[in-house]
Amino acid sequence: MKRRTVLKGLGASVATLALPHVARAESSAVRIGLILPMTGPFASTGRQIEAAVKLYMQRNGDAVAGRKLEIVLKDDTGTADVTKRLAQELIVNDKVSFLAGFGLTPLALAPAPLATQAKVPQIVMAAATSTITEASPFIVRSSFTLPQATVPLAEWAPKNGIKRVVSLVTDYGPGHDAEKAFKERFSADGGQMLSELRVPLRNPDFAPFLQRVADAKPDAVFVFVPSGVGAQLMKQFVERGLDKSGIRLIGTGDVTDDDILNDMGDVALGVITTHHYSAAHDSPENKAFVEAFRKAAGFRPNFMAVGGYDGMHLVYEALKKTNGDTAGEGLVAAMKAMAWTSPRGPVSIDPQTRDIVQNIYVRKVEKVGAELFNVEFATIPNVKDPVKAAKG
Amino acid sequence: MRDRAEALILRRARWRPAEYVFWLLAFAALVLFPDRHLILNEIAILALFAVSLDLILGYAGLVSLGHAAFFGFGAYAAGLLAKHAVAEPVIGLVAAGAGAALLGFATSFLVLRGTDLTRLMVTLGVALILGEIANQAAWLTGGADGLQGVAMDPIIGVFEFDLFGRTAYAYSLVTLFLLFVAARRLVNSPLGLSLTAIRDNPLRAAAVGVPVNPRLVAVYTVSAAYAGIAGALLAQTTQFVSLDVLDFHRSADVLLVLVIGGAGYLYGGIVGAVLFRLVQDLLAGLTPQYWHFWIGLILVVLVLMGRERMTSGVAALARAGVDRLRPGAGRATKELRP
Amino acid sequence: MLTILFDGVAYGMLLFVLACGLSVTLGLMNFVNLAHGAFAMAGGYVTVVLLNRYNVPFLLALPVAFVATAALGLVLERTLYVRLYGRSHLDQVLFSIGLVFMAVAAVDYAFGSQQQFVRMPSFLQGRVEIAGVGVGIYRSFIILICGVLVIALQLALSRTRFGSQLRAAVDDQRVARGLGIEVNRIFAATFAVGSGLAGLGGALGAEILGLDPTFPLKFMIYFLIVVTVGGTSSITGPFLASLMLGIADVAGKYYVPAFGAFVIYTFMITVLIFRPQGLFARAR
Repeated sequence: MKRRTVLKGLGASVATLALPHVARAESSAVRIGLILPMTGPFASTGRQIEAAVKLYMQRNGDAVAGRKLEIVLKDDTGTADVTKRLAQELIVNDKVSFLAGFGLTPLALAPAPLATQAKVPQIVMAAATSTITEASPFIVRSSFTLPQATVPLAEWAPKNGIKRVVSLVTDYGPGHDAEKAFKERFSADGGQMLSELRVPLRNPDFAPFLQRVADAKPDAVFVFVPSGVGAQLMKQFVERGLDKSGIRLIGTGDVTDDDILNDMGDVALGVITTHHYSAAHDSPENKAFVEAFRKAAGFRPNFMAVGGYDGMHLVYEALKKTNGDTAGEGLVAAMKAMAWTSPRGPVSIDPQTRDIVQNIYVRKVEKVGAELFNVEFATIPNVKDPVKAAKG
Repeated sequence: MRDRAEALILRRARWRPAEYVFWLLAFAALVLFPDRHLILNEIAILALFAVSLDLILGYAGLVSLGHAAFFGFGAYAAGLLAKHAVAEPVIGLVAAGAGAALLGFATSFLVLRGTDLTRLMVTLGVALILGEIANQAAWLTGGADGLQGVAMDPIIGVFEFDLFGRTAYAYSLVTLFLLFVAARRLVNSPLGLSLTAIRDNPLRAAAVGVPVNPRLVAVYTVSAAYAGIAGALLAQTTQFVSLDVLDFHRSADVLLVLVIGGAGYLYGGIVGAVLFRLVQDLLAGLTPQYWHFWIGLILVVLVLMGRERMTSGVAALARAGVDRLRPGAGRATKELRP
Repeated sequence: MLTILFDGVAYGMLLFVLACGLSVTLGLMNFVNLAHGAFAMAGGYVTVVLLNRYNVPFLLALPVAFVATAALGLVLERTLYVRLYGRSHLDQVLFSIGLVFMAVAAVDYAFGSQQQFVRMPSFLQGRVEIAGVGVGIYRSFIILICGVLVIALQLALSRTRFGSQLRAAVDDQRVARGLGIEVNRIFAATFAVGSGLAGLGGALGAEILGLDPTFPLKFMIYFLIVVTVGGTSSITGPFLASLMLGIADVAGKYYVPAFGAFVIYTFMITVLIFRPQGLFARAR
């Protein structure tokens, strides 16, 4: 009896090995493997992108150049090896023509060799480390790079009376990138870095770091932290009275993520950030996008959503150009130098680096109607990724 | 009397038909499921990792919530070796195993004292510190971006890794099999038997002259080497290493896998790995957002209905009712007492 | 300097409220409840919903969070946990981690995966200067509540009839039953209070620690550290341990930020090597 139940259990689970065969009947559809963080600490990134992808398909039809599009959604489970395995399975078993998504840098880098080997375009919709597009000639990015968003802030600050800055970043890859990008440009423009603080990734309380900031008495503190944590930081910033002591909080737009900005409350008011997208961006494209997104998904789109939306735009337009042909080289060639008006403003794909070129906006958190928004007040047009631009 | 005991021990060490069937099936999967090699490879690696934990938990009664320390160390060792020196996988495997063994030896002294809860927390602490070191040493490990540029040569210069994961699975499976056979011999050797004696009652074991601490250090070192090799397999077959190899959830997952499969008979880790990964993959495919819920539900139901029933079933299957030396052997998971 | 000490104390106090329920279930009832953080999360979400959707005042929401999670704890204890008291610890780990997974996914489904925010009343915001030391009002509030709790718990355990019955039930269930103590009821009540405290901790901590569906997993490690370092045989042990950890963590990150992440783990390992039973426990 016992033995039989066990055998059944094992047998049933082993049977699942053969299961996917059934579902994978060949068809003429073009498949897109979408690998996103759907669970765990970055799940909201996955939600935003998934909703944006669905919205794009809803607004533009689910067929391009006579071929139907199918999305195969996978949860990356936050681990690089699983992501790579999923990508591999999507390529080998599901015969996807595009890999897309990729929330975190290591998870975007892990499958890069596969994209090269299998000649499948890999559209990075979120991860923001500069080097990603160098990992494979098949990677195209529709989000942004962190230095791209940071350097304009470092240029803006000294012109606006901010001469002495303490940086406060999360102690991991993107944080280091932001710290470096900011410091280099800010120092070159005559600013002075008082100290560079790094906060551990697993850090429940910002008190000690903010106390150091307070001790240094800078003009401003430059902040980069993953989006959810930004709210806590800002609250504690205000709680400690740093805002009243004349220290300004500046950072990249991750800190005032549109997704949660409104829930942060008044502590966020007046924070100045630079980023490539704000839900309050003033353009007819964006108004339509935000409205449709809210209607479909029930929450406000953030910069992740726009990355997913534009990623789908790349897929659609590339397929149109190749007339439905899914050979990888052709698709990537079609995406290079593509230019269009996105909800975030005018964007294009740099043909050399396959990275996105876009406007960066300087924004300030203000109350618009009953809600908080990042209101853009200055634009730095057509910013390329500064790291790769410097390499020439 | 002595002859009888010897006969019993020998009988216990003998291979049973079910075991042959099991391994034949595992190798048959190379042909049977040609498009599932990638997940099979992952299962084989997880299984080896779980076997490694079984050596200390199931046989020596040492609980660990930080076994990923060795797994991750092996992964980074193999990755770095391939990147900077030798890209031949087998050499990397041996080196990673040796490195992890050293680390295991060095940290084994931390787990000799204290209760199970203390051990859980000390091992956890070691793994977390190691993870933080890997994060800080970005110049070496690539930090949070992960270690890139790992490219493996063909195994022993012949078998090249392919896109379908076929070589990878074969490689991992062979490694798992060889190390499993070694582990099986080990636990049936005098050393292994003395370990079970220590697990069941350390005081009594010491009283009959078993050198308790050296034995525990020895098995902890071996187990660390196994975990390191599992990590190396992962690094080599995915040709990428990122910080998550040292993450808390790796340690927790492998403990779950082993507990699901049942500790103390070596097959538990493998059975657990097969069940856990396949169910997880199936659920994550069906509902990418909420699969945690169903995994959780399965765990809860499993415990409420009696995990014992299931694992002792498998155990009975494996030992085919031969083992009379230890009544209730399938239960072998030792009580944790804080 | 004193500000750092103050912040450390507040942080430690918060850890204590979050973890003390666990030290009760683990130490007194000998049950490894990894789902403890899930109760804390429940308390946090109750507060968020009450505050942001129904505009309940914060001070009223706190006791409601306590009662609601205690009730939840009671229901789960009566229906599920009670079946597992006699089982091995590995079973308990498996079971409670299963509960955590379910809670994480369920909260994700119900509230979404983004951070939730507690809207503090204005009288708890800001900070005052006392003799040159900056003191956060909310943090003082936390210290106050936790201080009261510690004293109340200690008195309840050592002075009341319930406390002695509980200790008797833990020491020897059979004898306690024989003496007419209703062990089941006592355990249920204890478990409920433990969960309620976690819920209260979650409600208080949401402002400082943040609140999202991964809360129970993120903070499980911290709870366990507090309980192991403090030892599981009393309330004062985990309390002092929380304070030390809080201060060590905050001070470590302030004075040696480069090693900020290592401080708490190194501290734990060092303590456990020299005092495997925890700092404040009598060796068994």
